[in-house]
Amino acid sequence: MSTTSDKPSAKQKKRVPAIEGWIDIDPANPRLVGYKDDASGTYFFPKDVSIARAPGFSDTPLREVRLSNRGKLWSYTTNYYKPPEPAIAKDPFVPYTVAAVELTEERMVILGQLADGVDPKSITVGQEMELTLATLYEDDEHEYVVWKWKPVAA
Amino acid sequence: MSRNEVAILGAGMHPWGKWGKNFVEYGVVALKAAIKDAGIEWKDVDFVVGGDTMRNGYPGYVAGATFAKAMGWTGIPIASCYAACATGAQAIEIARTRILAGMAQVAVVVGADTTPKGFLAPNKGERTLDPDWLRFRLLSATNPTYFGLYAQRRMDLYGATEQDFARIKVKNSKHGFSNPNARYRQIYTEAEVLASPLVAAPLRLFEICATSDGGAALVLCSMEYAKKKGIAKPVRISAVSTVSPTFPNTVIDMPDFSTDSAAGIAAPERTFKDSISWAAYREAGVDPSDVNVAEVYDLSSALELDWYENIGLCKQGEAEGLLRSGATEIGGRVPVNPSGGLSCFGEAVPAQAIAQVCELTWQLRGTAGERQVAGAKVGITANQGLFGHGSSVLCTR
Repeated sequence: MSTTSDKPSAKQKKRVPAIEGWIDIDPANPRLVGYKDDASGTYFFPKDVSIARAPGFSDTPLREVRLSNRGKLWSYTTNYYKPPEPAIAKDPFVPYTVAAVELTEERMVILGQLADGVDPKSITVGQEMELTLATLYEDDEHEYVVWKWKPVAA
Repeated sequence: MSRNEVAILGAGMHPWGKWGKNFVEYGVVALKAAIKDAGIEWKDVDFVVGGDTMRNGYPGYVAGATFAKAMGWTGIPIASCYAACATGAQAIEIARTRILAGMAQVAVVVGADTTPKGFLAPNKGERTLDPDWLRFRLLSATNPTYFGLYAQRRMDLYGATEQDFARIKVKNSKHGFSNPNARYRQIYTEAEVLASPLVAAPLRLFEICATSDGGAALVLCSMEYAKKKGIAKPVRISAVSTVSPTFPNTVIDMPDFSTDSAAGIAAPERTFKDSISWAAYREAGVDPSDVNVAEVYDLSSALELDWYENIGLCKQGEAEGLLRSGATEIGGRVPVNPSGGLSCFGEAVPAQAIAQVCELTWQLRGTAGERQVAGAKVGITANQGLFGHGSSVLCTR
């Protein structure tokens, strides 16, 4: 997080994923980066090992794919206490909601925070959700971007 | 009935609390109580298994050795194991299998923990390859977050209410009130529970389990050894389940970001949590309808409802009805958590699954005092440890 005196003060910060390799942060079409084992038809997110974690398929190659950006709300919960480190909480703290969304095509549930400004009292299990991006934290040069879930506009 | 039986000769605990002592102290107190209860001497023990604690430095990682040394080295073989919240069941399983193999006659199993205050947090450092670290960094997904997800899903799908969740807390607070080993001995009303602050909606502070200091121990022996000791009808461990998930695991589990995908390979017949006790029932040759008493892992009040279904006390979506019928209170058809559960104990990770079996031992002996489940002959414990550790112990007498 170095600062240099000749840096233009109004310089736009570079947006980068908060974790390398998990998110395609193309603002027009944000996607989670998953992997598919074509032999079993199974998707993986995140990539934690280099092999397909399906029994009997550890020799089949994984192909990088963009996961679909829509699914159904599996559940959600709003947290009213500041989480411990290494969590990054707003200062002053405000309650935040974590949502679990089941991607229809990939048949997997993925957690993400609910997008800011969405009232958690307005959502219900089973409704259609879509992926969006938000800044998790920033330093002098970068905005670190994470995925969030929001309801599909009616 | 099961051919894999071992006898529970003794059970002992150090009371749960925040005592601020070394975990070894709690383990030794529990171990001495269990040995005394068994009517044997430390020198009679020929195998020790320690449940590890991750929060107390190296002695915690080699708990078997730590406790053996504290009791006085006798040269016997030792083992240490860790399986998060399922540590105790795994320690029991290591002792049981060694006894069944004929390689030990009398084994002790002991777990103890000293815990910090507040939320359980991951290990320190920039641990970008550790999902347990990343879930905090990227999502602020604390442990109660996962409990909240399960609870909210029950509300939206099965009509669970905040009153149901509070009712479980009230029930368990009544059960644990007379338990001398419980940390929280206070009877709550539904109104008091519902007035406590929200933590992970719909769950409130009084509905989420704390972290505690505590220790629990068991003396296990072969059926022949029990007979030689003149114990005609010991409480027996008839099955132990330490199953792991079957791919694809389709229910989100702490500390994961995602479930497995069921797009290619069909989901198994039973979810992971359903499979845990199912394996124990199958091994013991016992039907869920035979169960008289159960100790389940109520990390949150609402989670107890999930366990009713997972251990086969009722069908999916019927747990609220079972609760409202009063069946799971002491005096009901199948009391759950007569000890008071985690609600009255708080969790002492490596001791907790052992403590569940201590309670069943006393219940099946008929020595549980005011919290006795009348006539209990078959009991089951259920629990799940982070990263895919199933834990269920089925006891009979």
